[in-house]
Amino acid sequence: MPVTRGFVRRRPDGPEGRLPPGQYDTGSGWPVLTAEATPRISPDTWKITVDGLVDHPTSWTWDEVHQLSRSTYTGDIHCVTTWSKFDVAFTGVSVDVLLEAATPRPEAAFVMAHSSTGYTTNLPLSDVTGGKAWVVWDHGGKPLAREHGGPVRLLVPHLYFWKSAKWISRLELMAHDQPGFWERNGYHDRGDPWLEQRYQGD
Amino acid sequence: MSIDDVAPTATAWTTGRIISKELPTPATVRLRLHVDDRMRHRPGQHYLLRLRAPDDYTAQRSYSVASDDSDPLLELLVEKLPGGEVSEFLAEVAEVGDVLEMRGPIGRWFTWDVRTPALCLVGGTGVVPAIAMSRAARHAGAPDLLRVLAVGRSPEETPYDDELRRFGATVTYTRHATGTRPAGPPSAAELAPLLDGIELAFVCGSSRFAGLAEALLMECGLSPSMIRVEQFGATG
Repeated sequence: MPVTRGFVRRRPDGPEGRLPPGQYDTGSGWPVLTAEATPRISPDTWKITVDGLVDHPTSWTWDEVHQLSRSTYTGDIHCVTTWSKFDVAFTGVSVDVLLEAATPRPEAAFVMAHSSTGYTTNLPLSDVTGGKAWVVWDHGGKPLAREHGGPVRLLVPHLYFWKSAKWISRLELMAHDQPGFWERNGYHDRGDPWLEQRYQGD
Repeated sequence: MSIDDVAPTATAWTTGRIISKELPTPATVRLRLHVDDRMRHRPGQHYLLRLRAPDDYTAQRSYSVASDDSDPLLELLVEKLPGGEVSEFLAEVAEVGDVLEMRGPIGRWFTWDVRTPALCLVGGTGVVPAIAMSRAARHAGAPDLLRVLAVGRSPEETPYDDELRRFGATVTYTRHATGTRPAGPPSAAELAPLLDGIELAFVCGSSRFAGLAEALLMECGLSPSMIRVEQFGATG
């Protein structure tokens, strides 16, 4: 592809090895990108359900999910619109903890994450197990803001951030992969930032 | 055959040549490009634009398309952001004849099918997809299917102000009084008459604008499932 006449790099390189290709450091900003109206969800009525191909479909209320063993993710996040944000800290519960309670059946190989808005995104089970994914309600020591998915969102930091569904309400285990909302609307099925899996055809 | 059948799902990088460049408002640059191997698009879709430095460093951004599918050129209107690596380059350095890497069309959600009665509630450079939709509506001979309420600071700072008015859009200004209207954000009373019979509402603008627009639509009785949002910009 051609060099763009007159264009030179204006942004710094970013920390060594931490900026995936085509990304820039958004610094202290945190852009908001959503496809739907931002809902107002009260913790009093919120719950999360793990169901589908599991032996024990289970739901947790706000109080119940806070009784589970907590963990914090500290690291970087990457959005398909090319910003990355370094050294964020989210606290919640590991998806491993939720799955352990629900007990996936052997044939479960994929997860559909559902938001209370109707938004969906699909993931291989292997991308949300083994300490790679969380359900979080706290960002930087404060309640997660509504526009960023509060009160509770999914966090899958090793994939582009559209996979980290805001306003999460359900994890549905499936035997076969099915495209979710953005995956049906032009985005890549998996979304690995290091492989620049942004759009269909990548 | 409808555009749904021909707008591609998978796209590849190609190149586009700048055929014309204007600075229609103080903070925007309008480019019209000839895109090689251009594919058909639905109004509301966007294109990626990628700049490449001599050291192979690249910067890419996504911009809504202003032109409709029948236009032989692809039109983009880009907001010039202070320190914006791509937008300042386009406004200050890029010239007619330059070739840029392009990819599109992208996005199949924030799009209008040119059949469904719809409203655009758009602000600032968020008017761009409403321009693509209104051009498509006119081209299809069905301007009545689309209503537009656009919000700008003043006539001089509102992109496509004249074209919006010619289309019959309601254009409101937050910092400019007209003979019939004081400066200020649109009210539920101004919005409500535009909602009769619509099945979809497209909201496009800054994050702050989108929040206000969603609240206004819901105050007027629209259900969240009828609202599609495209917002840009940062929060703290």
